[in-house]
Amino acid sequence: MSTVPARTAQDLTADVAGGIGHSPQRPDGVLKVRGEFAYSSDLWADDMLWGATLRSPHPSARIRGVDTSAALALPGVYAVLTHADIPGPSKHFGLVVSDQPVLAIDEVRYQGEAVAVVAADHPETARRAVAAIRVDYAVREPVTDAAAARADDAPRVHPDGNIVRYARIRRGDPAPTADVVVRGEYAIGMQDQAFLGPESGLAVPAADGGVDLYVATQWLHADQRQIAPCLGLPQDKVRLTLAGVGGAFGAREDLSMQIHACLLALRTGRPVKFVYSREESFFGHVHRHPATLSYETGATRDGKLVYVKGSVVLDGGAYASSTPAVVGNATSLGAGPYEVPNVHMDVWGMYTNNPPCGAMRGFGSVQAAFGYESQLDRLAAALGLDPVELRLRNALHQGSTMPTGQVVDSAAAVREILTAVRDMPVPPTDPGTDPLGLPGGAGNTTHGEGVRRGIGYAVGFKNVGFSEGFDDHSTARVRLGVVGGEPVAVVRTAAVEVGQGHVTVQQQIARTELGVDRVVIPPADTSMGNAGSSSASRQTYLTGGAVRAACRAVRDRVLDRARARTGVRDGLDLAGGNVVDAGGAVLVPLAELLADGEIDETAVYRPRRTAPMDPDTGRQDFAHLQFAFCAHRAVVDVDTELGLVRVVELAAAQDVGKAVNPGALVGQIHGGSVQGMGLALMEEIQVEGGIVRNPSFTDYLIPTILDTPPMPVEVLELADPHAPYGLRGVAEPPTISAAPAVVAAIRAATGRPLTRIPVRPQDITG
Amino acid sequence: MRVTIEINGTERVLDDVWEGESLLYALRERAGLPGAKNACEQGECGSCTVYLDGRPVCACLVAAGQAAGHAVRTVEGLSTVDGELDRVQRAFLAAGAVQCGFCTPGLIVATHDLLARVPSPDDAQIREALSGNLCRCTGYEKILDAVRLAAGSPA
Ligand code: FES
Ligand code: FES
Repeated sequence: MSTVPARTAQDLTADVAGGIGHSPQRPDGVLKVRGEFAYSSDLWADDMLWGATLRSPHPSARIRGVDTSAALALPGVYAVLTHADIPGPSKHFGLVVSDQPVLAIDEVRYQGEAVAVVAADHPETARRAVAAIRVDYAVREPVTDAAAARADDAPRVHPDGNIVRYARIRRGDPAPTADVVVRGEYAIGMQDQAFLGPESGLAVPAADGGVDLYVATQWLHADQRQIAPCLGLPQDKVRLTLAGVGGAFGAREDLSMQIHACLLALRTGRPVKFVYSREESFFGHVHRHPATLSYETGATRDGKLVYVKGSVVLDGGAYASSTPAVVGNATSLGAGPYEVPNVHMDVWGMYTNNPPCGAMRGFGSVQAAFGYESQLDRLAAALGLDPVELRLRNALHQGSTMPTGQVVDSAAAVREILTAVRDMPVPPTDPGTDPLGLPGGAGNTTHGEGVRRGIGYAVGFKNVGFSEGFDDHSTARVRLGVVGGEPVAVVRTAAVEVGQGHVTVQQQIARTELGVDRVVIPPADTSMGNAGSSSASRQTYLTGGAVRAACRAVRDRVLDRARARTGVRDGLDLAGGNVVDAGGAVLVPLAELLADGEIDETAVYRPRRTAPMDPDTGRQDFAHLQFAFCAHRAVVDVDTELGLVRVVELAAAQDVGKAVNPGALVGQIHGGSVQGMGLALMEEIQVEGGIVRNPSFTDYLIPTILDTPPMPVEVLELADPHAPYGLRGVAEPPTISAAPAVVAAIRAATGRPLTRIPVRPQDITG
Repeated sequence: MRVTIEINGTERVLDDVWEGESLLYALRERAGLPGAKNACEQGECGSCTVYLDGRPVCACLVAAGQAAGHAVRTVEGLSTVDGELDRVQRAFLAAGAVQCGFCTPGLIVATHDLLARVPSPDDAQIREALSGNLCRCTGYEKILDAVRLAAGSPA
């Protein structure tokens, strides 16, 4: 076995009492505020080398030759690898489809595709070595228009054609008609997750011929599954440990530097660390799919939806990543959180030579929501109805039937959350004359002239967990023992803490189930069973479910011991570190019972299994495990002369089933809302001819504290009886409804159609 | 080259510093102080904020050589010697202003500086002072809470 690097992931032992329903401090919080939490970019080993990557400057090219000799000749360079150095059997990876070369093989399909990797003794030496590699490219015309790429005679990005997945819904009348019909074409730009902690990690070669990888990821086992076959190693010789993660939002679901670092570590026999720069990070991960949407919505004169016809093209870029699931969501959720008797959806996920797109918070739903919510506002205008009233008349509810045929079998609080945001107090209408409170802010562009106020509403929803037949599950191991005379629970899982507070939730569950205060969370690693990804708003449900199940197995054994010891049979419970009777009186301290040996249980939690949609009709009674809903009301001031927007307030209401950690979940709603607001107003990776024009935080803008408004939040708790503690996934819905609400508010202020996000100043000024 | 910098009250001699190296790299990779973070290395995100002679700077924009002979204070130097947290650190914890925490060290130094200059800032002053610090996780609401909380606690 290798030596553990000098700086690596820490056990989380700090805890503040608090079970389910409380908001205890994070166990990693003290380390984080001290600057001592070990993020993946902080890892360090004594004799480590630095990795660097040569990336293609072209979106499409044949590679005629690669000459690494000048790079290898540089002092301080230990290895330069191309695809020829990959042991295999596989030289490709991919989350769903293994279609992406670890290092380019004879061609490149997007700007930024990795061609070669280097290990050197200083990051600057590694960069110079990368610059010294000569690649002979024969540049090709890139495929950049996703809709045009559907044509039979379009140039092919991959030999099997350009369609990654096509899915559709055919429900009800094939040729529906309605009193009032509105049509719209919409477009969404490419958004970046823009987590702050860059892709990074440390691979350490092990004495057994394997490798230990310390890395920031979202899903340890999916990484392991893809890495091992490229290294020619069995899975158990590729061991992953989670390093500190500086945000994820979907961008870490695909591999970045993982295989490269392992290859270099095994080749050089030295630990190899990679840290991407911000610019490289823009090329190092997938983005949110840009989309074009075409919708037709029909309703009766009194505002009941009759039909929705939608056609959506999602640009998946050069490799498949999670495009199939994004297509599935846009299809099955594409009519919105409404009752619609007749639905036609056609959704394509395409290969092009644009940057690869995959997971980002709310995927598939974010794109569709901009379409269906814009349509509802159009329809409200055509009917002369209030937009909230129109939504209330059609709101999905428990017992409603989705376009797939699935009956919603727990609360669908669309009506409740919409009325909640509508009824919140509205901020004062006078924006004042302080420029900081006006559009343009510190730019001092107006003192109120030309500024108009607008209010907009939107609802969004998302499937929680992995859908369409995936065997979604998680695993937890809980050990209850005694340390220093105190009962202590140790909770081990492979579930990834990305910042959302999952480690806090694990502690809360253990405290609630076991009646102990002290709960230790060791770093997540692949020695535990698969926990699935920290995505799809699923970890509290899935790994939370597994931790609860393991705790309950431990608890059963503790209570058996207590019965044997005390002779009391019924009403036993665990509280305050003791076994108590039905009246709460202490029967025996846990520490005493555990003197007979600690108790150690592992549990796998499997929620109800979903199933695939019919390819012709989209029909499926149980395609999704759970739905989660959020509504926003946005209040904006718009400088109609300059096209500048200031969001005055962004209010949200969301049903969370059960507020397991109220503080953390409000934090998720705030953060998710701002990502949706950013998509509406400023966030876009600008791609021209397959070339990214703005790969930096200077040119790709995310909201600052000055751009962000107050965000009142109302949380509803309508339990889902099928889920642990009745909880509902939280993280994604706010991102889905925030963007259309902000755009609706700008429309209300300006009267402009605004069919594209992000909204640009020229879209407002005309 | 050899660079001598006073870091968190202790004189540190850093060897083999390359001329192009930033203070951020020197702190993180040579001085063993990874608290300041590298999220853009372009002066845009504030994650690398440290004090240089008592003024907050982006350590990614300062060459290590430029800091020679000067005093640097990082997030690691804010808590007292016996490890007690500074009021700003406590407030970020208590307010739930930390999610992934990558922005946290920079925000804590920037807030520490704000409260030294403006003991009771209003929201506009807080927003102005922290506008150079990006956070992608929190939406800033609980960061505002944390600054208000810190301002109301004894230094
Ligand atoms: S890393 Fe220095 S400002 Fe971003
Ligand atoms: S907490 Fe993650 S960037 Fe601020």
